[in-house]
Amino acid sequence: MAYLSLSIWLPIVFGLLLLATGNDRHPQQARWIALIGAIVSFLVTLPLIGQFDVASAAMQFQENLTWIERFNVRYHLGVDGISVWFVLLTAFITVIVVIAGWEVITERVYQYMGAFLILSGLMIGVFCAVDGLLFYVFFEATLIPMYIIIGIWGGPRRVYAAFKFFLYTLAGSLLMLLALIFLYVKSGGSFNILDWQKLPLPATPQTLLFFAFLAAFAVKVPMWPVHTWLPDAHVEAPTGGSVVLAAIMLKLGCYGFLRFSLPITPDAAHAWAPLMITLSLVAVIYIGLVALVQNDMKKLVAYSSIAHMGFVTLGFFIFSELGIAGGIVQMISHGFVSGAMFLCIGVLYDRVHSREIASYGGVANTMPKFAGFAVLFAMANAGLPGTAGFIGEWMVILGAVGFNFWIGLLAATALIMGAAYTLWMVKRVYFGDIANDDVRELQDINAREFLMLAVLAVAVLAMGLYPKPFTDVMQASVTELIRHVGVSKL
Amino acid sequence: MTAMNWLAVYPEIFLLVMACLIAVLDLFVTDPKRGTTYWMTLITLVVVAAMHLYFFDQGATYYAMNHMVVSDPMGHLLAAFAALATLITLVYARPYAESRDILKGELFTLSLLSLLGISVMVSGNNFLVLYLGLELMSLSLYALVALRRDNAVATEAAMKYFVLGALASGFLLYGMSMLYGATGSLELGEVYKAINTGDINRQVLTFGVVFLVSGLAFKLGAVPFHMWLPDVYHGAPTAATLLIAGAPKIAAFGMVIRLLVEGLLGVALDWQQMLVVLSVCSLVVGNLAAIAQNNLKRMLAYSTIGQMGFMLLGLAAGVVPSNTISGANAYSSAMFYMLTYVLTTLGTFGLIMVLSREGFEADEIKDLAGLNQRSPLMAAVMAAFMFSLAGIPPTVGFYAKLAVLQALLSTQVEAHLWLAGLAVVMSLIGAFYYLRVVKTMYFDAAADAKPLVAPKGASAVLTLNGAAVVVLGLLPGGLMAMCVQAIVKTLAT
Repeated sequence: MAYLSLSIWLPIVFGLLLLATGNDRHPQQARWIALIGAIVSFLVTLPLIGQFDVASAAMQFQENLTWIERFNVRYHLGVDGISVWFVLLTAFITVIVVIAGWEVITERVYQYMGAFLILSGLMIGVFCAVDGLLFYVFFEATLIPMYIIIGIWGGPRRVYAAFKFFLYTLAGSLLMLLALIFLYVKSGGSFNILDWQKLPLPATPQTLLFFAFLAAFAVKVPMWPVHTWLPDAHVEAPTGGSVVLAAIMLKLGCYGFLRFSLPITPDAAHAWAPLMITLSLVAVIYIGLVALVQNDMKKLVAYSSIAHMGFVTLGFFIFSELGIAGGIVQMISHGFVSGAMFLCIGVLYDRVHSREIASYGGVANTMPKFAGFAVLFAMANAGLPGTAGFIGEWMVILGAVGFNFWIGLLAATALIMGAAYTLWMVKRVYFGDIANDDVRELQDINAREFLMLAVLAVAVLAMGLYPKPFTDVMQASVTELIRHVGVSKL
Repeated sequence: MTAMNWLAVYPEIFLLVMACLIAVLDLFVTDPKRGTTYWMTLITLVVVAAMHLYFFDQGATYYAMNHMVVSDPMGHLLAAFAALATLITLVYARPYAESRDILKGELFTLSLLSLLGISVMVSGNNFLVLYLGLELMSLSLYALVALRRDNAVATEAAMKYFVLGALASGFLLYGMSMLYGATGSLELGEVYKAINTGDINRQVLTFGVVFLVSGLAFKLGAVPFHMWLPDVYHGAPTAATLLIAGAPKIAAFGMVIRLLVEGLLGVALDWQQMLVVLSVCSLVVGNLAAIAQNNLKRMLAYSTIGQMGFMLLGLAAGVVPSNTISGANAYSSAMFYMLTYVLTTLGTFGLIMVLSREGFEADEIKDLAGLNQRSPLMAAVMAAFMFSLAGIPPTVGFYAKLAVLQALLSTQVEAHLWLAGLAVVMSLIGAFYYLRVVKTMYFDAAADAKPLVAPKGASAVLTLNGAAVVVLGLLPGGLMAMCVQAIVKTLAT
């Protein structure tokens, strides 16, 4: 079975079906089609984990067809231990997003759902592509639905945010396109990423390529100082948009480092690692401080995402197995946790229509069930042991201490910072006395909201208590990557 | 094979006969909708395109009329696309022209005659034949722009187009006379040989090349020969704008290949430098000026200038001193760029015509506001065109840009790396104003939220046009292969 093709194209087909058949008179029909589409698309990704050979570091479930003969571009798909979990994560988050938008979105429902399903297929495509150009096509194509989602269903400054999101990302990717073509020429006419990884390259081209890739991926991650689009996009996007942005889209950038920067330009990666580590630490510490002073809950979580991504890139550029595996685990757990955080903010926003922390206080009194979930996710965001947030951070800090004690120490301050801004927000929003009449009249979550939060809570706890399935799958691929990056290509 | 070889020009003969027939027949048609002659014109165009595609498929190259014209795959492919472009234009134009009282025999005959000029231009093998084709096309187009003679803006546009166009033709003719003086022949093959023997007056030759390139740059609309373009695009009735913006660009491209590549490949290093300058100027001026436009037609005009700059980069990468890669890669990339650009442009102006009503031109960007509410399909189609022009996958515009960038980088010349970098930066700037159109359609509220009543035939073809932009974006291989085949065969002779 072509599971990868199914995983990519099923949501896209459902999305197109929605766009083609939908209209504003039958929103309920659109919701159900979207839900069925999202669930079916998730189900077809399950065999990827079930039949995954954990002993192998090679690409699995490969599909390899000619696509554009003239440039020797191939429709070449495959997943290894690094990417396979992201395929599932993407499909899973899409189901959650559809449920989250169920009652909230009332305008042009079919377009909203259609855009998310198409986006889901495209993002899965990014994780599955083994051909450089195929990767680029999926990577870029994700901009279109996200631009539309932010622009139509977003907040008051949605147009500004949508443009900033699109142009920032495009600026980075266009440099990557030049890098891809350069590699195509240098490799004698191949777009295969695996060929590129074996290609010997002198120092200067490696440095140029490294920075071209860095431009694309640093914007997407986002790393300090090119992170400024993210708070805008997050704040203005509808809840579903924020969830997908935080849970999946940021990972496209991190994933790019593992697939391109490290293996294709290992020497440049080593040479510029100090820069990358510095930028990562700035993200962790400085952005952590910035998060502390936010008044807007969405902005706070957005900055917290940047800080968490700083952890991921830090893990990658210390070149140890713990660091890289920790970074990947952090990416997955952040997918669950940040998604859940944005959903919680969405739940509050739908009721009170404010994202200001000051508009709330004592929510736990009127929404006890909801507050239980919210506090759990906040703890996970702060990296409490036993939750998903802890594992990745722990591994990265261990790796960093092994690399250099002081870097490890600086990274560990992030745990304090994360606890500070998250818990302070929790205190101000959920605990204390009921602050105003809006809070007094709050209704606790309904069955739909309970369902989506409960599913995520299970995921967060399961990953926190028993991370072995995640780490086992990536083990072989990470070892192979470390070995590969250790060999000079000069 | 006889020297005349009529077979090679069957499509042109058929086109001429039908153009005359329709001109005469239209005098007897009283129907204001011009049903008979309209459909005859469309059928003529379909048959002409089919004939050209058939000849393209045969893949043979032979000369006719004592080496005056050549029948080769490239000529037929370009002519077939030009015929299709004219066909699509006329489908879009019918309701538009009808409500403006310009749906007359003149529209049909002049369109067919301009297509005849284009056919001659892309298959000429002799300076004078090429020039005659150009004049036939241009004169028909001048008249088409002036078709609404009581409209002051259109008349002004026609005047401007005529004066500057005549100047450009003069440049071209002057350049040709210089080349004739230098090489002693009007025939492309002979000119090519004469240059390669090297026993010619280089000064006269280079002088001629400069004039030739200037004339061609005018027809393409490259900076600094672009002044006419925004005014003419804006002022002309949109139907005429599209007749100028579509097929004639293909013709200009064909002429560039015939003159510069087939005739003057020996001095490629000279004219490539000129093309690089033209290209850089066009990229910068076109993309920056487009940002400031509020009128959609003017914006598209400046966008055309920028797009032509990008296409010229492909032509400028054909011959490199230290590298013997054939120019086929570069020229076929430029050809792919041109064909897909025309395909997209047809749609953008087509949409303006579909949105326009009697006495109302939907040519301001704000006229598109809320189109997604009024007609989700038309908004999606227009969004596909905009993303294609901006070069975002999975639309065909991305592969066009990819092909040109690939041609540039594969020469392994360092200067080309910088050119590619500049092109990329300019595409980023370009993305801004294309996105603004998408923003207007999707994010802004409509002033009048009534569902759009679009003419059926035109909107069906528009949908197909949009689908083609996306489908070619998913599977660009076929058209690319056709372009390569055409260019390789042409370079082989």
